[in-house]
Amino acid sequence: MSCLEVQQLVVSRGDRVVLEGLSFSVAMGEVLHILGRNGAGKTTLLEVLCGLRRADSGRIDPQPESRQRHWIGHKNALNPSLSALENLQFWAALNGERLDDPRAALSAVGLQKAQQNRPSAQLSTGQKRRAALARLVAVPRPWWFLDEPLAGLDVQGLALFADLLGRHAAGGGAVLVTSHQPLPGTLPTLRHLDLSPAA
Amino acid sequence: MSAAIAVFRRELRIALRRRAEWAQPLVFYGIVALLFPLGIAPESPALKVFAPAIVWVGALLAALLGVERLFRSDLDDGSLEQMLIAEVPLALLIAAKLAAQWLLTAAPLVLVAPLLGYGLGLDTGPVVILFWSLLLGTPTLVFTGGFAAALTVGAPRAGLMLPILVLPLMTPAVIFGGGAVRAAVAGLPPDAPLYFLGALLALSLTLLPMAAAGALRNAMG
Repeated sequence: MSCLEVQQLVVSRGDRVVLEGLSFSVAMGEVLHILGRNGAGKTTLLEVLCGLRRADSGRIDPQPESRQRHWIGHKNALNPSLSALENLQFWAALNGERLDDPRAALSAVGLQKAQQNRPSAQLSTGQKRRAALARLVAVPRPWWFLDEPLAGLDVQGLALFADLLGRHAAGGGAVLVTSHQPLPGTLPTLRHLDLSPAA
Repeated sequence: MSAAIAVFRRELRIALRRRAEWAQPLVFYGIVALLFPLGIAPESPALKVFAPAIVWVGALLAALLGVERLFRSDLDDGSLEQMLIAEVPLALLIAAKLAAQWLLTAAPLVLVAPLLGYGLGLDTGPVVILFWSLLLGTPTLVFTGGFAAALTVGAPRAGLMLPILVLPLMTPAVIFGGGAVRAAVAGLPPDAPLYFLGALLALSLTLLPMAAAGALRNAMG
């Protein structure tokens, strides 16, 4: 069953056409790994699907609503003066979500209590990425749009991400993820979408 | 509404951890207002004439100090993206952010203005009008600054562009604010300029967050 259909999508950045006539579909329970060389439009595609950027033409049916999707971009959305815990609580409040146990979500991505309370500026790149990924754990949503989520993650972080991804897909959630490296773990419902011009 | 309250509280929390940044406008304001009498001569009657302009121009320049970084850090760390795609109208979140900015940077100026007014030789009547004019006018300065900051958030050399863009927009508030105090000094009713300040305030509070939201969406998309 196809749940998200993209048809003839055209997106420009400035005077450059980044995506031209792109069509694909994603079903619930699938993981779509979006590939492509630098500048191929991977981030642009996710931004359009999340509503951060407008397409010139084409159809996205249906566009997942705010409360149905997670967006984790290149940047982690962590204010450097606030701790990982405060950032997570702010994100939840911004989205009208109630967090019963935010610390459990941060622990689930491998951040210890001291790291949860430390200003984000003092966390390592990998720890910041984990703090961003904690949003996926804290608030279940069916659609995940993840832009280079593996950046900065160590071996344990990659295993943790593979586990998150696998459980989400097995539970009927859909993931659209960009990454230059192969996704970790075994994903039975993994598909690839290559945006490179030759593809 | 809870999202707007969350933004407001977040701004205050961040400010508490960066006290030096937020104290800067108040220190700047105090220095400007205290150095003017030394330049003119403290006992000069001209000081009383210039007092409204000194206090109001000082408030305007102080309000400009923190404006550039209003949306910059949210853009840099990715929080702005999350605000853009949240269910809550972006204009409401911006209004909350600017309200916090006013409380942190402009409200202290309003509170110390009577002291500076007395220091510049104003009598109690004009000092009261000075207080009310700043209370009505400084939100307009902050919201106008916020709009300009949104327009220039993605632009290189925004620090240079911002004053050029924002000063003409802020001028009416300074004209009416200073005019109200001048009228009070001259023994005339200051009602008309205060009403104009009130009208500017109403326009700023209602229109500028929406304009800033449009500018931010444009900058991101």
